[in-house]
Amino acid sequence: MDFELTEEQRLIRDTAHDFARTEIAPKAAEIDKSGRWPAEIISKMAELGFLGMAIPEEYGGAGLDALSYAMAMEEISAACASCGVIMSVNNSLFCDPVYKFGTAEQKKDVLTPVAAGKKIGCFGLTEPMSGSDAQTMVTEAKKTGDTWTLNGAKNWITNGPHADYVLVFAVTERPSAPGAKVRHTAFLVPKGTPGFTLNPADHKLGIHGAHSCTIFFENVKLPDSAIVGGAGDGFKVAMATLDGGRIGIAAQALGIARAALEVSVAYAKERKSFGVPISQHQAIQFMLSDMATELDAARLLTWRAATMKDKGVRHSAESAAAKLYASETATKVAHRAIQIHGGYGYSTEYPVERHYRDARITEIYEGTSEIQRIVIAASLLKG
Amino acid sequence: MDLELTETQTFVQKTARDFATRVIQPKAAEIDKKEIFPAEIMKGLAALGLLAVNVPEELGGAAAGAVSYALAMQEVARACASCAVTMAVTNMVGEVIATFGTDAQKKKYCTGLADGSLVAGAFGLSEPGAGSDPGGMRTVAREDSDSYVLDGEKQWITSGAHAGVIVVWARTAPADTHPGTRGISCLLVEKGTPGLKIGRAEDKMGIRGSNTVSLSFEACRVPKSALLGHLNGGFKIAMMALDGGRIGISAQAIGIARAALEESVQYARDRKQFDKPISEFQAVQWKLANMKVELDAAHLLCMRAAWLKDQARPFSREASMAKLFASEASNRIVNHAVQIHGGYGYIREFAAERHLRDARVTTIYEGTSEVQRIVIARGLLVG
Repeated sequence: MDFELTEEQRLIRDTAHDFARTEIAPKAAEIDKSGRWPAEIISKMAELGFLGMAIPEEYGGAGLDALSYAMAMEEISAACASCGVIMSVNNSLFCDPVYKFGTAEQKKDVLTPVAAGKKIGCFGLTEPMSGSDAQTMVTEAKKTGDTWTLNGAKNWITNGPHADYVLVFAVTERPSAPGAKVRHTAFLVPKGTPGFTLNPADHKLGIHGAHSCTIFFENVKLPDSAIVGGAGDGFKVAMATLDGGRIGIAAQALGIARAALEVSVAYAKERKSFGVPISQHQAIQFMLSDMATELDAARLLTWRAATMKDKGVRHSAESAAAKLYASETATKVAHRAIQIHGGYGYSTEYPVERHYRDARITEIYEGTSEIQRIVIAASLLKG
Repeated sequence: MDLELTETQTFVQKTARDFATRVIQPKAAEIDKKEIFPAEIMKGLAALGLLAVNVPEELGGAAAGAVSYALAMQEVARACASCAVTMAVTNMVGEVIATFGTDAQKKKYCTGLADGSLVAGAFGLSEPGAGSDPGGMRTVAREDSDSYVLDGEKQWITSGAHAGVIVVWARTAPADTHPGTRGISCLLVEKGTPGLKIGRAEDKMGIRGSNTVSLSFEACRVPKSALLGHLNGGFKIAMMALDGGRIGISAQAIGIARAALEESVQYARDRKQFDKPISEFQAVQWKLANMKVELDAAHLLCMRAAWLKDQARPFSREASMAKLFASEASNRIVNHAVQIHGGYGYIREFAAERHLRDARVTTIYEGTSEVQRIVIARGLLVG
């Protein structure tokens, strides 16, 4: 049992912390308010290697482990949750599957620029009527001769409006036998491929700087070389990707929660009521203690999942536990942060209402809390 | 960071699990029902080195560290929470004497606690009117030539009627010159010392096999060599002991919760309603998933505090977080377990109702949840 971080892990965390504090945090409120895409921050994250953290250097990445990635994600998200999810999607949902399942050519031509942050990737699994249940997916790819024809729509695609590549999941086998399962295949689709169109960006409760949109595919023609991970293996690719992605979102939730806690501690020391700083009232102290304890519990669950990923052992249930607990903790912590701030907590003058709005999505994307519970229960009951 | 156990930790865990499953678990229901002090089981634990897990070898201990101790506690508590708390207090007393005792004290008491010849250790801090606030204690120890003469009363003393040695805190300087906790010293009182009277055993909701008594001291004379640590330096000893003790109680809470979860999983698989096992209903799966995630988080917090202790680093706040989280989570988990068992959860044929009663004390003793929150908040607000 060893909770010590390596020197490299500490260095990454400190680098991310300093960068987030000096370069991102001062702009976070403005990014949220204007809803602009933080292009200049993304360029700087690319320079630091934060857009392809776990990808080997030969493919444009930083060659770091999952724990370093989780720590960097927490730091970036503590400053700006929009920047956090932009980073998470590029790393976990695009680079990781292309590295793990892609061909040598895909790694050279597509992964390398995306991991280096010169291009942006996104992940197209969810559809208007199909989210957690991939069996109901409508998007289809049919093969004629050497060519696949892709039709359908994907929505809530984070980074979609700015992405150069989409990793799209489509049904490629639809057996007619009753009860037989459909099979999916993952395809790499470059932006600008004929038949590829985008809706305007979605209007959301939070993470305003992280743009998402619906993407349409109308008779998009793709060669065999666009397939990632083999025809019919799409579900496996998606699930393996989400096991890692959930660590990223758990870490994003940690960052949001930590920011909400830190600003609450500072506020509680300054704000006075009944002649003393409110931090001297047990009502406030107890909220802060619960926030800190739950945050630490969430972080340990996240780090456990990350170290298991680094060891190459199966971590589906552990990633689900981390994501479930960290996301629900983030919402609870941000909720209490608003309470501690009173009226100021409800005002956009203070950051906690942003943390509250940003936290809320972490319980939904990359598998809702309900899906995480299904994964955890299945693992418990199988044993 | 590496959550793998060392060889020693694995060995201690396995040893404790084997003994707990084979010897303790079959007797747990009877121990509870008949309020049997587990003297025989204590002998068995002593033979395995589990009454002095973190005590140096030259004093008869296993010298296996705090992580090993926490793991052993979890295993014993999973079988029987009454045995676990008796074991915990004995370990705590052995450790505190090993840390602060003179050579003669260590030789006599640590060895006797480790080999079981002293049966158990007891910890006499709380009083009828002084629990979380030891500064309010009334018990006094008056110097009289080469002795201290104790007068006063202690309450909620686990193993008090059986312990071969009791660590007793008493005021040795008046409150006007030594306010609060400054005039408190720590004395080692042997079983059978004239003037030590043992009160009636408390009739408790849970942990009914553990012995809880009040102790009264009436002109109870102990030699000056019974002083543990420095004169008027007793408070520090109590706080250090409790920091470690909280790791033990968090481990106890985790052990109880794990038993409750395992039994719930088993029951949910076996019990059928509406033509299928109730484990196939999301209502039940949800509970199981929540139980599992909170249990894992509690375990990680417990392991972190124990690991810090093994590294000789500050761990007070982390121990409070582990105790707070694990005890509160344990109560929620056992409550879900009763619910999953339905009517069977409410009757003594199944263990769930015992777990519910046993878990309840963990948010109270060795510092209530409220005291833990005060400790945690203090750490947060100093920065």
